Amino acid sequence: MKTIQKIRDGKFSVELHTFGSGDPLLYLHGAGGLLGIDPFLEELGKNFKVIAPHLPGFGESTGGDQIDDVIDAALFYHQLMDELGIDSAHLVGHSIGGMLAAEVAALDVHRAKKLVLVGAAGFWIDETPIPDFFALDLSELGSYLFHDPKSAFAQMFLAVPQDMNALADMYVERVKRLSMASKFLWPIPDRGLKKRAYRIAAPTLVLWGSSDRLIPPVYANEFTKHIKHAKVQMIDAAGHMLPYEQPDAFCKAVTGFLKG
Amino acid sequence: MKFTWFHLMPYRYLPEGFKDKYRSVWVDIPRDLYDPKVGHRLYNDYLDQLEFADQMGFDGLGVNEHHQNAYGLMPSPNIMGAAMARRTRHANLVILGNSIALYNPPVRVAEEFAMLDVISGGRLVAGFPVGTSMDTNFCYGEVPATLREKYYEAHDLIIKAWTEPDVFAFNGKYTKLRYVNLWPKPLQQPHPPIWIPGGGSVETWDFVAEHDYQYSFLSYFGYIAGKKVADGYWNVMAKKGKELNPYSLGFAQVVAVADTDEEAERLYAPHMDYFYNRCLHVYNGFADAPGYRTVSTIRAGVLAQVGKEAALRREGLTWKDFVNEGYVIAGSPKTVRERLTHAMKSLNCGHLMILQQIGSMPPELVRKNTELFAREVMPHMRGMWPGFVDKWSPNPLPESERAMPAPINFTRKPTTNGKTAHAAAAATAAESRSAK
Repeated sequence: MKTIQKIRDGKFSVELHTFGSGDPLLYLHGAGGLLGIDPFLEELGKNFKVIAPHLPGFGESTGGDQIDDVIDAALFYHQLMDELGIDSAHLVGHSIGGMLAAEVAALDVHRAKKLVLVGAAGFWIDETPIPDFFALDLSELGSYLFHDPKSAFAQMFLAVPQDMNALADMYVERVKRLSMASKFLWPIPDRGLKKRAYRIAAPTLVLWGSSDRLIPPVYANEFTKHIKHAKVQMIDAAGHMLPYEQPDAFCKAVTGFLKG
Repeated sequence: MKFTWFHLMPYRYLPEGFKDKYRSVWVDIPRDLYDPKVGHRLYNDYLDQLEFADQMGFDGLGVNEHHQNAYGLMPSPNIMGAAMARRTRHANLVILGNSIALYNPPVRVAEEFAMLDVISGGRLVAGFPVGTSMDTNFCYGEVPATLREKYYEAHDLIIKAWTEPDVFAFNGKYTKLRYVNLWPKPLQQPHPPIWIPGGGSVETWDFVAEHDYQYSFLSYFGYIAGKKVADGYWNVMAKKGKELNPYSLGFAQVVAVADTDEEAERLYAPHMDYFYNRCLHVYNGFADAPGYRTVSTIRAGVLAQVGKEAALRREGLTWKDFVNEGYVIAGSPKTVRERLTHAMKSLNCGHLMILQQIGSMPPELVRKNTELFAREVMPHMRGMWPGFVDKWSPNPLPESERAMPAPINFTRKPTTNGKTAHAAAAATAAESRSAK
């Protein structure tokens, strides 16, 4: 179900998608935002109350000018939880959503019951640099995001509308999303999580697609190195878009960990 | 009509087939393509050309800032400004300009511009570009979404540093300073004229109108395509009730003069090709970082200057097309006079930024082009725009009050063994090297 939630006296307007019932699970999306077709969220809704907000700058959410950096973004999620009446929740974050979920959990250790980080950004290894996501041409993007760029889902994701107005709209939406994402990722996606991650108290699952070519799987070890109670699980035949490419394996791993 | 002789300072020796072998002339161009010995020759040739333009009576000498590229080799145009300040007399130094969001703190720009203004006797034009996405976002790591906000803050700080009589504190979002106290202050008071170079961002026009600055449209597409942007600018000025003074608009145009139209094609066509196919070969991913251009500019349909879209528009263009579409105004002095007069009239432009060295053009051809223009074209266009006052040119000290560099003479000061001091120093250096 989609709703619009005004928070901070209307400074933020947040597009929320909710699924199912159970313990609250806050899902933090990646740099592409929620796609509107996110079957794994419905699936997780069978066991949890899934709350998936769009970050300002994404979808219909507004108030992006209030957010300059990862700290502002983490405090936005704290505020949103407060105004939704959720003291703590399971946090599941994908890509930049993983980076922000880790910050949410580090800055206020009581917010996260358990933490799932999926192909998460937030660290930088000189020996294994992350490709410059912002400079990738659409024609190159597929091979970085997907285990199988030829799959039906990947093709749909990468499709470009023929209609000029639709194309302009798509371009504007992309600019809005990536403008916000650039506040956390540009030019190097390291905003000091390594200094703060020691605070994370929640049991943490670090999930990675074994053929992630955008943030290579070696980055999973950075999270276990810096977070006290973290373990890694690799999922085969999945790239950076793991939740979309292997929704069953993804949901099984997440549910198993959160219920376990 | 005023004429600023503009130099981009390209690397002239990119290999054949550059476009197919390398993805970009900017940002990640391989370093091994640059030979500093060649660079030594180029910088000195280019400064000679600017000095020559001063001697030919141009009103201004233009330079600008770019990073990590072979298109324009001036990471710091202020260094060129300093060299010109000492070796030129009449022309204004049009530094177009410093990308002020890149400097920390931006008072560095206020200081260097003030130095140039004082050294040159008040001949400085201070240009404040945002800078290209390649330069600012990809080379200098600025977050695209906050670049413009940082730019505006830097602007406010620089103006205040130039105009505030007392020491002040500055509590900005991007720059915090307890003591701002500019030494030296600029010679032109309250500050040098400010020109804002732009590539067609709509909010830049509001900014220019608000502050009464000059807007310089640096287009690579020539005057015909440039008319859309110029019209957009004049519309904003009209809406804000500003005088539609041609001197408040500058426009960059490639101009190539020869004895005949045919000779122009023969002499200049290869260099145009080099410029468009090598100097402007920018990888699409670097052309326009998300957030660099605002949503309103994108919605206004202003095309990016470089990248895939721009390359497609130029794909397969011949010399004839470049001439017909106005990318270059070329031909005999008569042809150039007519077309350029028409172009400047159609844009309502009073400050021409003339590009007469382009791509791989060698020094002797640049000289011919410049001299023909100065003798055969410029005098005929001087009288355009009667009745308009140019409020955007520098106001230097009268020449009688200006300091002149002392004459240079390396044969002075012979040493006891008859060698010059210079030669003696070189000999000593050689001795100490061989001793090691």
